[in-house]
Amino acid sequence: MASQAHLAIEATGLVKRFGETSAVDGVDLAVHPGTVYGVLGPNGAGKTTTIRMLATLIRPDEGTARVLGHDVVTEAAAVRASVSLTGQLASVDEDLTGRENLILLGRLLGLKRQDAKNRATELLEAFGLSEASGRLVKHFSGGMRRRLDIAASIVVTPQLMFLDEPTTGLDPRSRNQVWEIVRALVAEGTTILLCTQYLEEADQLAGRIAVIDHGRVIAEGTPSQLKASVGSGSLHVRLMNPEQRPEAERLLEHALGTVVLEADPAALSATCAGGDDATLALSRLSSSGVRVADFSLGQPTLDEVFLALTGHPADAPDDGSTSLQEEHAV
Amino acid sequence: MSVTPTASPSRPADPTQAADLEAVRRAISTTARPAPASPLSSVLTFSWRAMLKIKHVPEQLLDVTITPVMFVLMFTYLFGGAVAGSTAAYLDYILPGILVMSVLFTTVYSGVGLNTDLTRGVVDRFRSLPIWRSAPLLGPMLGDSVRYVLAGVVIIVLGVALGYRPEAGIGGVVAALALVVVFSFGLSWVFTTLGLLMRTPMAVMNAGFMALFPLTFLSNVFVDPATLPAPLEAFVDVNPISILATAARGLMEGTAVGGDIAVVLAVALGLTLVFLPITTHLYRRG
Repeated sequence: MASQAHLAIEATGLVKRFGETSAVDGVDLAVHPGTVYGVLGPNGAGKTTTIRMLATLIRPDEGTARVLGHDVVTEAAAVRASVSLTGQLASVDEDLTGRENLILLGRLLGLKRQDAKNRATELLEAFGLSEASGRLVKHFSGGMRRRLDIAASIVVTPQLMFLDEPTTGLDPRSRNQVWEIVRALVAEGTTILLCTQYLEEADQLAGRIAVIDHGRVIAEGTPSQLKASVGSGSLHVRLMNPEQRPEAERLLEHALGTVVLEADPAALSATCAGGDDATLALSRLSSSGVRVADFSLGQPTLDEVFLALTGHPADAPDDGSTSLQEEHAV
Repeated sequence: MSVTPTASPSRPADPTQAADLEAVRRAISTTARPAPASPLSSVLTFSWRAMLKIKHVPEQLLDVTITPVMFVLMFTYLFGGAVAGSTAAYLDYILPGILVMSVLFTTVYSGVGLNTDLTRGVVDRFRSLPIWRSAPLLGPMLGDSVRYVLAGVVIIVLGVALGYRPEAGIGGVVAALALVVVFSFGLSWVFTTLGLLMRTPMAVMNAGFMALFPLTFLSNVFVDPATLPAPLEAFVDVNPISILATAARGLMEGTAVGGDIAVVLAVALGLTLVFLPITTHLYRRG
């Protein structure tokens, strides 16, 4: 049992190289028990590699990590006995039914046959999967698969859960369901290490966040500290006429600060401390004859966080494969 | 920005089956952690998984049943007259040979199945469990042996229907099949190693057949090596597949030589001792 005095995860100087590239290049983490710790970064930043080292799937090349007081290399078996992993690819067997997946894991974790069946029934009901329980997982929707994945991670209650991008690719409704489930798990005292590409997700769920880029932690703190360092929000503007964008860029830069040109040739966004600043900036646009089609005030995107922290945008290769994208860094 | 429904824990489950958060909290508050499964129990659980996969997609067994039927019919009627003078005479020679060939070809599927697992996320979960390292690899052997035995039984039944009469009777046939299955277990570790080294299930399949085809044809499975050029004959004589085919014929005809059987068992054991640790290491390393 990890006492409150101990950290649930304590990593120092973790390094993992793939060939010439350092996917993880000196990561330190300190996660307190009973909290959600967010690891935020784009694809290829080293998030998945970090999780895989902490979950004992790969060995670090340098550095040390203790999970629940156990060294991930020399006491890997003890770590495995008290954590669970929900991988980026859904970590369930697509060729079995939802119920069979849960019974399989229950049996492997040492439950007796009848106990494993009872636990499967309980979890399927709790996660809203009892109607689909006899269906092969390959026929599940993305949201159902994620819920089953999380259910599979708590067949035997873990002290610590690794959640790797639990909502990537989900529709908003399924995403909200996953968030609600994560909150329920935390309310019962589970420690969670959450990897995500979405600032909003880390903000919603995590008590502390480490921003990771090119295998290094480039910022660490509570969500509000992090947002304060990048501006609390951003103003997105879409113009009637794309030709007016340079003019709009100049005006917004003057009124607000850092401006990001978006992929849409008529759109741009600027970091923005609050509603008053936004109102002022919009009236400047209007008085200079720049016509605005629509605008919105939102949280900074990961791109804006990265721009503010590193001076370069997050390069996010859209690549589904974990091993390849981890090799991409640098 | 999307609308976030407020999460009231007592919200009734909607008809489209949302998670019941109160039940989720109850489910995770169960803190009792059982003792980890024993190695035997883990292996049997993975065997159960292999059987479920056959149960859900029984069509996959067609591969291991139709191909041998084709081989038996084709070789007997196409080559029988030319090679042995009559189809009946050739059937006596070729049937144990095709038994060997068909079951050995099935071993490639062990590697294909393992590689298919790797392309999905489920292996990460298995590797993060506190279970015996070799259990995920030994468990599927039960599913594999179902395929081996099925392929063997199909061939023998068809042979008997075509007029094949093994001298040693049922006992000899069962012994021959058992020997082939044991050898296949040994050989399958070569393909599980390949399965962990190659990128796609298709590549494993191609590499497997590319290795097995020449090895099978350069054996005494199809023809008596006495007619071959001397260097080729020398190779065929030491090819373990030849020795296995000779031993299987011997067991079915009641003329088995203990030395052949010992060689077959030794090769199977040797392959297992070399490739099982390699497979286990590669699987753990991920």
